[in-house]
Amino acid sequence: MPMEGKDIEALIRAAFPQAKITVTDTVGDGNHWAAEVVDEAFRGMNRVQQQRAVYASLKGKMDGAQGELHALALTTKAPD
Amino acid sequence: MSALDDIRETIEKNDVVLYMKGTKMMPQCGFSSRVAGVLNYMGVEFTDVNVLADPEIRQGIKEFSDWPTIPQLYVKGEFVGGCDIITEMTLSGELDTLFETKGVAFDKAAADKIREANA
Repeated sequence: MPMEGKDIEALIRAAFPQAKITVTDTVGDGNHWAAEVVDEAFRGMNRVQQQRAVYASLKGKMDGAQGELHALALTTKAPD
Repeated sequence: MSALDDIRETIEKNDVVLYMKGTKMMPQCGFSSRVAGVLNYMGVEFTDVNVLADPEIRQGIKEFSDWPTIPQLYVKGEFVGGCDIITEMTLSGELDTLFETKGVAFDKAAADKIREANA
């Protein structure tokens, strides 16, 4: 069962309550997602650290061949 | 040899390694294809490891880097990032800087062309 955008946002939101989160269905098939997460917590972290933190919030849903999240493009940054 | 030892040895022995789905000649996933395409276009010599060919490596590389997705790029033994990070770094020029700093040969004019095409 693929995940919906609001489920993805809710998981990220739980870990980053203050973040500006934009989840987009990139091809309209409910299976390829893009998420932009802008949060103060990212300041001072490099991109690998930032994205690791977002992946961690998704609690294993990206993992493995049976992962519910087939494709999620991530953009992370601290607010300007 | 365990999968983690295998990975450690591969990234130590090769300057640039891309763990990907499929091969650089025949990628089997859009994200892997994008990163392999950038490296090919920039004329970077790199070793490709097809994780679909070995379930232990496929799982092992995720544990090794604490990173749940494929592709994963390593330069001089160091994890650089996945598809989104490599794309951003290509467009910002940070990837050029990384290759220059690490002494990896690449075609600067080709990298500039990618940036022009995506400006």
